[in-house]
Amino acid sequence: MSKVRVLVGTRKGAFILTSDGKRENWQVSGPHFAGWEIYHMKGSPADPNRIYASQSSSWSGQVMQRSDDGGATWKVVGNNFAYDGVPGTHQWYDGTPHPWEFKRAWHIEPSLKNPDLVYAGVEDAAIFRSTDGGQNWQEMPGLRKHGSGPHWQPGAGGMCLHTIILDPSDEKRMYIAISAAGAFRTDDGGETWKPINRGLRSQFIPDPDAEVGHCVHHIAMHPGRPGVLFMQKHWDVMRSDNAGDQWTEVSGNLPTDFGFVIDVHAHEPETIYVVPIKSDSEHYPLDGQLRVYRSRTGGNEWEPLTKGLPQSNCFVNVLRDAMSVDSLDKCGIYFGTTGGQVYMSPDAGDSWTPIVRDLPAVLSVEVQTLA
Amino acid sequence: MIVRVQLPTHLRTLAQIKGEVEVTIEGAATQRSVLNALEEAYPMLRGTIRDQATQQRRAFMRLFACERDLSHESPDAPLPAEVATGAEPLLVIGAIAGG
Repeated sequence: MSKVRVLVGTRKGAFILTSDGKRENWQVSGPHFAGWEIYHMKGSPADPNRIYASQSSSWSGQVMQRSDDGGATWKVVGNNFAYDGVPGTHQWYDGTPHPWEFKRAWHIEPSLKNPDLVYAGVEDAAIFRSTDGGQNWQEMPGLRKHGSGPHWQPGAGGMCLHTIILDPSDEKRMYIAISAAGAFRTDDGGETWKPINRGLRSQFIPDPDAEVGHCVHHIAMHPGRPGVLFMQKHWDVMRSDNAGDQWTEVSGNLPTDFGFVIDVHAHEPETIYVVPIKSDSEHYPLDGQLRVYRSRTGGNEWEPLTKGLPQSNCFVNVLRDAMSVDSLDKCGIYFGTTGGQVYMSPDAGDSWTPIVRDLPAVLSVEVQTLA
Repeated sequence: MIVRVQLPTHLRTLAQIKGEVEVTIEGAATQRSVLNALEEAYPMLRGTIRDQATQQRRAFMRLFACERDLSHESPDAPLPAEVATGAEPLLVIGAIAGG
């Protein structure tokens, strides 16, 4: 019988939630790495027992952990994230040049085929690659050398590369997104990158249609249809049907198009999910009602999903990497909140139940569907 | 010579250490030589006390010994004789800064 393993990164440690395919009874393991921020954990699609965890601390910097037994035991691997060449500067919040400085890994993306090949998106924004299971890391310098790097500037959370999407149909194509520079794509395995921000509009930059400078919060893709992308931006929900070359807004009837998270149903590539929050300064649901919004039509038409979610006095946020789906039938949707709840829907969003409700603030949620 | 080092709780957990650690130093006992020896013995601590790229002490990490704050002394300055002889430990202290 199939099983589900949910990897939860929080402000103060990691938790692993497991269940059989019924998704009714859950075991909670943790905290692992107690007291440390776990920005992200992700398992290798090629070897689900190989899990990587990005562990960081304002005191002690970055540590990269790896488990080869499904999270039961961990060992520290390499954490030397040295920028290629002379790092140079990027823009600081006040517009002045600021030296490129490594702070932490925000997102880990293992290869779809090779458990020893793994990518890391880091702050200050760059993408690194390891070919030896995380022991050694090399920057893929073509991204920052695209030419716009000195003009990138941090968002409120820092200048992080937070999204990495690997195209399952083309090993040389991948997508990344940086807050607040925008989205980029490589078609040659990371040698060269191009901005893919046409169609995005951001009123907070001098040229709202600029090539870079857009605050992209998250991007999602259905693995069966890799040329179609969905984006939750600082404001606006966007869609691209040509691998990011052009975007169109699909916010439609959402009550607010500000949010962080966006994800796609495992079996229905036109079914997408967002969690709208009130505004860029009020990072909580409208009217204290936690609602996931679902579109069955790839955007524009949205329905609120409320069954089992708190509909009063709820002022949590759902961060950019804190939603994931399993591939069971029916598709399960999972998300974690800054209030420490991890909610799960076993029926594609129709109804929700908390798996746990009192964890530290949740930073990331990833789901593994196991045979 | 053997130098004693006390680490904050999280770093002891990370390095799977209980209590003090002892590191063997060749040549002069300085902040740099002691931290180099510590990282050699416990590679998982690389980057946690000093930034890996710049080798700068992390802002929330301080180095104390013999009731003195050594944090702002040169990393190549000799440590107090009491530390070099093992009579007193070098204390790596995480700043009291909440969080």
